[in-house]
Amino acid sequence: MSGIPHDHYEPKSGAEKWLHRRLPVVGLMYDTIMIPTPKNLNWMWIWGIVLTFCLGLQIVTGIILAMHYTPHVDHAFASVEHIMRNVNGGHMIRYLHMNGASLFFIAVYAHIFRGLYYGSYKEPREVTWIIGILIFVLMMGTAFMGYVLPWGQMSFWGATVITGLFGAIPFVGEAIQTWLLGGPAVDNATLNRFFSLHYLLPFVIAGLVIVHIWAFHTTGNNNPTGVEVRRNSKEEAERDTLPFWPYFIIKDLFALAVILAAFFAIVGFMPNYLGHPDNYIEANALATPAHIVPEWYFLPFYAILRAFDGEVWVVIATSWITGGIVDAKFFGVIAMFGAIAVMALAPWLDTSAVRSGRYRPMFKVAFWILGFDFFLLMWVGAMPAEGIYPYIALVGSTYWFAYFLVILPLLGVIEKPLPQPETIEEDFLAHYGKKATSTAEGAAAPTPAE
Amino acid sequence: MFGKLTAALAVLTLSAGSAFAAGGAGKVYDYDFSFEGPFGSFDQMQLQRGLQVYTEICSGCHGLQYVPIRTLSDPGGPQLPVDQVRAYAEFYEVFDPTLFDGEGDFRAATPNDHFPGSLLPNAPDLSMMAKARAGFSGPLGLGTNQLFKGMGGPEYIASLLNGYTGEEKEEAGAILYENTAFPGGWISMSPPLWGDDVLYEDGSPTDIESVAQDVSAFLMWTAEPKLMARKEAGFKGVLMLTVLSVLLYLTNKRLWAPVKARAKATPAE
Repeated sequence: MSGIPHDHYEPKSGAEKWLHRRLPVVGLMYDTIMIPTPKNLNWMWIWGIVLTFCLGLQIVTGIILAMHYTPHVDHAFASVEHIMRNVNGGHMIRYLHMNGASLFFIAVYAHIFRGLYYGSYKEPREVTWIIGILIFVLMMGTAFMGYVLPWGQMSFWGATVITGLFGAIPFVGEAIQTWLLGGPAVDNATLNRFFSLHYLLPFVIAGLVIVHIWAFHTTGNNNPTGVEVRRNSKEEAERDTLPFWPYFIIKDLFALAVILAAFFAIVGFMPNYLGHPDNYIEANALATPAHIVPEWYFLPFYAILRAFDGEVWVVIATSWITGGIVDAKFFGVIAMFGAIAVMALAPWLDTSAVRSGRYRPMFKVAFWILGFDFFLLMWVGAMPAEGIYPYIALVGSTYWFAYFLVILPLLGVIEKPLPQPETIEEDFLAHYGKKATSTAEGAAAPTPAE
Repeated sequence: MFGKLTAALAVLTLSAGSAFAAGGAGKVYDYDFSFEGPFGSFDQMQLQRGLQVYTEICSGCHGLQYVPIRTLSDPGGPQLPVDQVRAYAEFYEVFDPTLFDGEGDFRAATPNDHFPGSLLPNAPDLSMMAKARAGFSGPLGLGTNQLFKGMGGPEYIASLLNGYTGEEKEEAGAILYENTAFPGGWISMSPPLWGDDVLYEDGSPTDIESVAQDVSAFLMWTAEPKLMARKEAGFKGVLMLTVLSVLLYLTNKRLWAPVKARAKATPAE
């Protein structure tokens, strides 16, 4: 790995040298695990290991579930009940898998918002960020298809609504929808391909995770100050960093154990709390639930999808300009996917030269409003689209786009950032150094923010 | 038959959905069940009484098609003796497609068979009802009633069985009964309990409220037969992970101590 200067693996024994000349796999592992890591990382840098664990958990429990599950419309629902009642430990495996998806998304949202706050997406980590967003999109696809497999009412109707979104694409929409479903409606063909893809995509995600790690091991980790590790010499770099093993692995494992304790409490004591009760009713094509609600982790984007209905002037204007090609339904679909696309574009939309939100007073306000907005959209996404809720959803969605498309570009121009520490070492000493240093921090020559 | 069943389901899900949306149109009471909370467990005697209520009253129309009869003797359930389960199974008739040279015929059930499905087309299967009707979860859809009061499907079922007002009306050729728990207020199921409908061997009270709670508890078991094993696993998991957390916390503290001590000794410029 290039970047931060550090000691590399030196094969010592004869066997090690023999292998190293042929396949430097031990060296690769050594360099990956011993990567110099900024010593001032805070507790928001633990989510990576939680996410890696989640992927492993979902793959292991998923493979076991697939041994007992039957992907057929007549048997899927009953086979899940078979797992719950007859398979040894099956109920725990299923509940772990079901709630594992929730843990996965809690961790990924924390991870993404960490990146947004500390400017982890900025130069030179754009590729890490883009791959991360790609993983996030694949996770959403995988989770959505997984939710269809138990073949309950919400499985069926969720699949109908979401695949219907593709039908909103002008001209080719219906053909695409039929192609995705394998027929005119959600049926056995849909269930089969969703099962197949639900098994495949996690391995694609695993591959992308490796690339994600490779990318940030090339640039080095970001850190709470956003200031880069000094790279002029190994000695300098060592004053800013500590090796990943053991310092950060032990720290991350501690955090993982705490999170898993809470996770096990949910799995053991209230495993259905985050699910929808209607999914314990078998899918029925003739009975539409009045209130189709996706899983909680889709709700913010579901709210954005529904926010732009035919009564919003932007939608009306767009429809008029495009001669009705972009109607309200298609506009909503564009908005939903756009909400993720603008996140992916954050590295180029954010014009501020200062990386970390810690030194950006105006950005901080905008960021925390975005955080609140995310939960507001999540809540309103679960509410029926009537009364005051569509207005709340519209305001929330507008802010989501405004944050990325207006606020981020503008703040870089108008905001006056606070002084940043010159080095990571300085930040670390401000926390743990002699008490007097905390007052000296402000006096220390500030880096002008260009 | 399929059409009627789905129509009934449609009505049910439609109204249940809107109740969920409006924050609960029906009045559901917060009954205290023995299996609530992290340490709650099924009351074996109550499950046996509930089984009796189900057998003598509910099974006249409803079914439990996902529940294998043999599980009645499983630990954490009603735990009937095996021979009693075998005798109980014979009470039911099941269709066996292998009999009569492959044409199929009815025979007495064995413990390996499942309970039969619903006999009436518009009577929903009750296997998972206690989980499928847990969706009135608290003010503004935040789920706090479920979280803090432990309210769920059993509360709904008990409230429903208690919720008849005695009023009835005819609509589109069907008689509907007013019920305070049912979303929409009118249900097509006639009042199944009138008081003293069953005779318990253990002399437990047989008023409507007690019987309703007994059968609700039983239906919670049919919906979640591994509830006790699950809670035990959860408890063990939390305990072990808490110990692991403490150990890792101490390891981490020890590991970082020299780094922090070095920092403490260094004055920042």
